[in-house]
Amino acid sequence: MAHERLLPRQYLILALVAICAPLGDSCLSRGMTSLPAISVAHPATLIAAVFTPWIAFGIALLIGFFASYLTALSWADLTFVLPATAFGNVIVALLARFWLQEPISLERWAGIVLITLGVSFVAQGPSLTERPAIERPATESLASEVQSLANAAEPAAQVAEEQPR
Amino acid sequence: MTIPTPVSTTGFWAAAAMIAAIVLCSTAGEVLTAAAMKSVGDLDEIRAHSGLKGAIRAVLTCPLFFAGVGFLALAFFSLLFALNHLNLSLVAPASASLTLVTNAIAGKIFLKENVDRRRWTAAVLVCVGVYLLAH
Repeated sequence: MAHERLLPRQYLILALVAICAPLGDSCLSRGMTSLPAISVAHPATLIAAVFTPWIAFGIALLIGFFASYLTALSWADLTFVLPATAFGNVIVALLARFWLQEPISLERWAGIVLITLGVSFVAQGPSLTERPAIERPATESLASEVQSLANAAEPAAQVAEEQPR
Repeated sequence: MTIPTPVSTTGFWAAAAMIAAIVLCSTAGEVLTAAAMKSVGDLDEIRAHSGLKGAIRAVLTCPLFFAGVGFLALAFFSLLFALNHLNLSLVAPASASLTLVTNAIAGKIFLKENVDRRRWTAAVLVCVGVYLLAH
């Protein structure tokens, strides 16, 4: 079954994949940089870090990403999902520019344009590779043909039986 | 493409091997996970029939899924190891962009996906774009 056109809920899943991964990573980065340096000698402090708000929110977003990603892979090709969801990188870069007022270099603007072009390319095509229908074995198809012929002949035989009366 | 020398103590081939390990583990993980989800079937439909618990059970009873997650975990630890020796500004864009191309190749070979000219173009454009954006 080829999905030429995705349903609105499927676009929503792809959007969740695209947004949750970079936002989750950003939350983890924000949370980890705000903590004091963690030593390998004290791994228990890493467990405590999980319960800080930014890191907990980041983990929740990454769980959401993984669930949406698995759902998307269940009805779309890997080679469709990966480029299509790369648009999340663009969203994060634009948020950094217009929300956090971070400067974006010319190289990064070029990257944004290329990703947008790539996503528009892949979004125009089918999301799932069309597979040929599974062929039935020759003996099985022959048997079903004989059965259908017999079914078709049955009423005629009944009429022929009834005629002498 | 010239790869800048990340750390004076790490040579070019060592850096390339670390990035290759991330890319290979990540590609194996993505392909196995995709194969697992194709064998499970449409999760939206499963959830509609059997509820969320049924969908979770369908995923967790698929051995391919655990193989995929295992390789993704290996990719994560390879990334941590590489970050211990190389700069983030080299490892993150290089691994993210190369993974897109290797996934397209692996998707065509192992998953028999129809990677037509449109998908190749998209993979290459996004690959270069991610590199420029993350560099």
